[in-house]
Amino acid sequence: MTASQQYNERLERRRRKGLVFSVLLFLATTSGLVVLVTLIVDVVVQGAQWLDWEFLTRFPSRIPENAGIKSAIVGSLWMILLTAAISVPIGVASALYLEEYAPRGWLLKIIQININNLAGIPSVVYGILGLTLFVRFFALGRSLLAGALTMALLILPIIVISAQEALRAIPEGIRESAFALGATRRQVVWSHLLPMSAPSIMTGVILALSRAIGETAPLIMIGALTFIAFLPTSALDPFTVLPIQIFNWTARPQADFQGLAAAGIIILMVVLFLMNLSAILLRNYFEKYRAR
Amino acid sequence: METNERNGSPPAARGASEGAKVRVENLDFWYGANHVLRDVSLDIRANEVTAFIGPSGCGKSTLLRCLNRMNELIPDTRLEGRVLIDGRDMYRNADPVMVRRRIGMVFQKPNPFPKTIFENVIWGARVNGYKGDEAELVERCLRKAALWEEVKDRLHAQAYGLSGGQQQRLCIARTLAVAPDVVLMDEPASALDPIATAKLEETILQLKERYTIIIVTHNMQQAGRISDRTAFFYMGELIEADATEQLFTRPSRKRTEDYITGRFG
Repeated sequence: MTASQQYNERLERRRRKGLVFSVLLFLATTSGLVVLVTLIVDVVVQGAQWLDWEFLTRFPSRIPENAGIKSAIVGSLWMILLTAAISVPIGVASALYLEEYAPRGWLLKIIQININNLAGIPSVVYGILGLTLFVRFFALGRSLLAGALTMALLILPIIVISAQEALRAIPEGIRESAFALGATRRQVVWSHLLPMSAPSIMTGVILALSRAIGETAPLIMIGALTFIAFLPTSALDPFTVLPIQIFNWTARPQADFQGLAAAGIIILMVVLFLMNLSAILLRNYFEKYRAR
Repeated sequence: METNERNGSPPAARGASEGAKVRVENLDFWYGANHVLRDVSLDIRANEVTAFIGPSGCGKSTLLRCLNRMNELIPDTRLEGRVLIDGRDMYRNADPVMVRRRIGMVFQKPNPFPKTIFENVIWGARVNGYKGDEAELVERCLRKAALWEEVKDRLHAQAYGLSGGQQQRLCIARTLAVAPDVVLMDEPASALDPIATAKLEETILQLKERYTIIIVTHNMQQAGRISDRTAFFYMGELIEADATEQLFTRPSRKRTEDYITGRFG
């Protein structure tokens, strides 16, 4: 057998292996997708008949026909707005300090490791923290504010880390040339670093908030009520949110409530979708603003 | 900054450095434990182009960045010795922000801000509190940097749309806008093609009427073309500094001769 024949034979085998590999990758991709599609179809089939204007505008009720999700939608919106208002400024400020101001050294390393660890702590632990700290110690009660503070703690590490990465991605030449023009650090941060990193920070924030809107465990821990037949009028009112309302309905034996839960899931998914959409639009806007 | 302790007296009087715009005295510099500049003393005259040459890692860029205190932005560095401009100590009793405003810097890679041409030029002036006519300042600086004719119709277009050579001249214009009297250039032509380089060198020669220019270059022909004086560095030491013609034709040190004739480096 000549060397060339040997190579040809190997080439065949290499091609076959390559084909098998690409098929495996394709299957991996579709398996996730198939599960997701099944889930969506199942939920829509179950919940579609319950979805109407009444469902959106009514308060929860013991009678399935009268039950609505109004208080949960409003609660979730309050929750997200408050959480964002608390966590975004603190998170971005922390990232700025860690990346641009903090002196390099062992202390910074320890802080960094801790932030990375905090991002991986189970959310129920944050719930316990929130219960002790905000509900009891600061006596905020089972209020929106206590819930939002807890949620803000939960997503803070994610925001800090993504903002740090956004800042690190800015070329060193930008900082150097700005400093070389006699700018102070604050001027470099406000004129260049923040506008340039805003689109990526925004992405991180939206991902974090999307996680917060679907979180249930910490809010159950701090005692977000499920039967709320009124709308919160201030941050100190009791509240419920979409995932808790859904959780509550699924826990009931009657088939009608299963349908209501499915309808609730559809609403939650729509809210999530709208959030992500607005994130993309906002990000595009900022990118355009930066390019101008 | 331990040397030349002068009983805490204020910065040296002008007479101390007669004739020298920039005076470097017994400068030592460390990156961590790495001793990269050793006892460098050098006088740089006003309204001349001074070239720093030497093989990679000889410390010429580090010295340049010591002059406008850019090295302070790098963690874990240490400096001893003095840098005087017009006889004033740039380290003791001096604000680094003020120092960097007075001593402009153009970098190796063109690095305009992701803003318009106009904004690139005016930003530095604005952050330093410039309150005058912005359009006038931008035009004046772009003219000095020999870029005005090429960009006057698109001042509000993105700076990234310019060619590399234009971007580098924009960076020069941006530096001039904060009214420095010394301009440092760290291999400003290394990312440019020969035509853009020629244009840049022409610009530099025009600038020396008003500014004191210090340029780091790897290109000895370039040093020969544009500089009045040349300083040769090797392994963190200043080997020789002299009039460029003198240094290139009759170097007094063997090491300098070996380097400029291409025997090493």
